[in-house]
Amino acid sequence: MVEKTKGSITVKTGFAEMFKGGVIMDVVDAEQARIAEEAGAVAVMALERVPADIRVQGGVARMSDPGMIESIIGAVSIPVMAKVRIGHFVEAQILESLGVDFVDESEVLTPADESFHIDKHAFTVPFVCGATNIGEALRRVGEGASMIRTKGEAGTGNVVEAVRHARSVVGSIRQLQSMSRDELMTFAKDHGAPFELVLSVHEEGRLPVVNFAAGGVATPADAALMMQLGMDGVFVGSGIFKSAASLSGKDRSEAWMKRAQAIVQAVTHYQNPSVLAEVSRNLGEAMVGINIDTLSEEELLASRGW
Amino acid sequence: MRVGVLALQGAFREHKLAFERLGASVTEVRLPEQLEGLLGIVIPGGESTTMAKLMKIYGLDRALTDFYRGGGALWGTCAGAIAVSSEIVDFPDQPRLGLMPISVARNAYGRQVDSFEVDLEIADFVTPFRAIFIRAPRIVGIAPSVRVVASYAGAPVMVRQGRIMATVFHPELSGDDRIHGYFLDRLCSVESQYQPASQ
Repeated sequence: MVEKTKGSITVKTGFAEMFKGGVIMDVVDAEQARIAEEAGAVAVMALERVPADIRVQGGVARMSDPGMIESIIGAVSIPVMAKVRIGHFVEAQILESLGVDFVDESEVLTPADESFHIDKHAFTVPFVCGATNIGEALRRVGEGASMIRTKGEAGTGNVVEAVRHARSVVGSIRQLQSMSRDELMTFAKDHGAPFELVLSVHEEGRLPVVNFAAGGVATPADAALMMQLGMDGVFVGSGIFKSAASLSGKDRSEAWMKRAQAIVQAVTHYQNPSVLAEVSRNLGEAMVGINIDTLSEEELLASRGW
Repeated sequence: MRVGVLALQGAFREHKLAFERLGASVTEVRLPEQLEGLLGIVIPGGESTTMAKLMKIYGLDRALTDFYRGGGALWGTCAGAIAVSSEIVDFPDQPRLGLMPISVARNAYGRQVDSFEVDLEIADFVTPFRAIFIRAPRIVGIAPSVRVVASYAGAPVMVRQGRIMATVFHPELSGDDRIHGYFLDRLCSVESQYQPASQ
């Protein structure tokens, strides 16, 4: 039989392409995972505490318990992602052995290494990494990331940081497209980005991998905003399962389902305001949210990683 | 020649680029009325459960069925192959168009760490095609009327019946447009009679 190749760049980045126009939802248990799948999520992110809870509870945030991740894998047929600490390649090895479909090397967890991110080329499982600007995005791609996302302030319900990062990356792509070739090396030097990837963005007018919004997306309008700013899809963390906080039981599950479905439809029909108005109607209370100006420097997650 | 790409979710951009490289005009289809005037449409890879729900919400399931019955050509890749199938093993309740008499098993080649690429022999193609399988469904049964165009490891991976075709791998990711050309030349040649229902 002909030789087959696993874990190639094409197989890893191609998988990320399949998430485009979709919503990836943070879930903490099998019930939430089933709601996410039923609502039309393209994947779930399995984690023990959503970012909103990590902020409240503090302490070192680590990879989730393998038993918890396996219970999510067993509960749904869609892909399952999970987070590792920045630089913690052993947590990544463990997730790969569990059959996790995508690893998020995430600033939401406490960084394990202050100097080095994971060598993601060494893995068969693909990685997603956060980036605040084009230099950071291309450094992560250079290390082998198959997908990039903004580093919006997770767990705040405030989309302002995600907007800043999306505008920065998309603005830099436009700038690179209009540059002449002899300006590219200086751009690479100024942004700390690998030259070959700078050249690729100059020629293609896009990042070499898909680019999602993440951090602070709480409403269908937030999701559509990020899509109109040029993102390929959306991660929703605390935005769904921290909404409807005053409800419980079946009422709460129904409110979650409604909000999750609304965000899924908003990402598909992001250019259609009448659909957006329709799905935004009567969603009940959104997550409370935090004004980012009230967070101290140490509480900001976007400054983790480099 | 104008064809459509179902643009609800997934790798629709790559299909669009492939068709445009071959000189076709491409419409992104998100609502039923956007099917008007198309000769054929591809349902791309993505998440099959997501696409099934989004199709149903805006009546695209019915519209795509009418489009095909009215003479339009249809091609499903990966999740799209699940969408056109008549049976989904272990997921009897998952919505599907049921337009092609094939039975598929979701994720039957394994999780993402088992996804792979391989050189595939395709009938009528002179050289092998680099086929990319991503959490691919396996075709586990076909009606006698369905023609197997390519197989891998004992299972059909590209099948055709008249104006409808399914591939469980991703031709839009390989940078090789021969299967897109095959769809345009052989499946989209007849004029579509589809007329969208008036609102």
